[in-house]
Amino acid sequence: MDAHVAQLQMQYRNYILSLYQQGFLDDQFTELKSLQDDGSPDFVAEVLSLFFDDCVKLVGNMARALDQIGTVDFCQVGANVHQLKGSSSSVGAKRVKGLCINFKELCEAKNYEGCVRCLQQVDIEYKTLKAKLQDMFNLEKQIVQAGGIVPQVDIN
Amino acid sequence: MGMAAVESHFHVLAVDDSSFDRKLIEKLLQKSSCQVTTVDSGYKALEFLGIESNDPNALSTSPQEVEVNLIITDYCMPGMTGYDLLKKVKESSAFKNIPVVIMSSENVPARISRCLEEGAEEFFLKPVRMADLNKLKPHMMKTKLNNQKLEEIDKPLNVAAAAAAVEPEIKDSAEVGSKILTLQSELEPKQVHLQVAQQEEQTLGNNNKRKSMEEGLSTDRSRPRFECITTAV
Repeated sequence: MDAHVAQLQMQYRNYILSLYQQGFLDDQFTELKSLQDDGSPDFVAEVLSLFFDDCVKLVGNMARALDQIGTVDFCQVGANVHQLKGSSSSVGAKRVKGLCINFKELCEAKNYEGCVRCLQQVDIEYKTLKAKLQDMFNLEKQIVQAGGIVPQVDIN
Repeated sequence: MGMAAVESHFHVLAVDDSSFDRKLIEKLLQKSSCQVTTVDSGYKALEFLGIESNDPNALSTSPQEVEVNLIITDYCMPGMTGYDLLKKVKESSAFKNIPVVIMSSENVPARISRCLEEGAEEFFLKPVRMADLNKLKPHMMKTKLNNQKLEEIDKPLNVAAAAAAVEPEIKDSAEVGSKILTLQSELEPKQVHLQVAQQEEQTLGNNNKRKSMEEGLSTDRSRPRFECITTAV
């Protein structure tokens, strides 16, 4: 086998493992990958794209709701958190999901400062994940371009 | 697909207000070889089925134009919840026998038991996985087998050709019974499962067509054949 391809594959494997180990992804992401097949080779990419679009929309909604200082509708914020929690859970975005669980409690407690801080964290977290997954897709592309096959990574 | 001539897909109507979740459930169902229709609200689901949403006793205008074999719906939806949809379906004379599955991202025991009491077949916690959908396989198989049997009554010649193509070892391919056997052995080789399916077929007697099918089967040599297949597996 080509040494370059082998090296890229090793790099890819280690990268994926690190994403799981550092808590960015959980086994729901593994489940999504298992649904991808020759008939829908871009399934994971499409789903992730929908998720990140959701993030932009929901974070925007929440920022606007929290901007109404003095008349913040915490139910509205909570509803958006609920949606984000659902989609992050469905995509395997473990850290984002974890933040949403805290966020929900802060909304219920109507903790304004807490909500603002949490929203900032959510914003950073989903963007970080997006960048990491972009790196992952780039590695996949490099492997394919070098004539190799993207390895299945067993995270157990 | 050797049996394309008599193949009928299990059609699932998936209801969820989140486009993200719709994409996911659609993929899972397609992977399970189901035909999928997705809608984003309970109202659209009722419209698709042909149920008038404000008059549960009205006859639907197009009762059998759309054949839906299972409804899977999110619980939390604006306007009409999954529970409301479940109730409407169960109140409708034309559709109350369609199994309904509820999905929810929240694990609320009271909610779960309420849905099951109202007649929901299953309650899945999100994110829904392939393992959850596998619980629906018995429904899929039962419907598929029934559809195949009903088709067989009308097309004996196709049976001969199809059965011969699929399972050459079974010699008398002109019989309805052997076709069902080849289907059973091909679809799901679990011994217990086959026995359960067989028992279910025997106990359900309210449908006229099915009853005449069972009578046909009982005089057929196929019954002892069922046992042969199940023990062989």
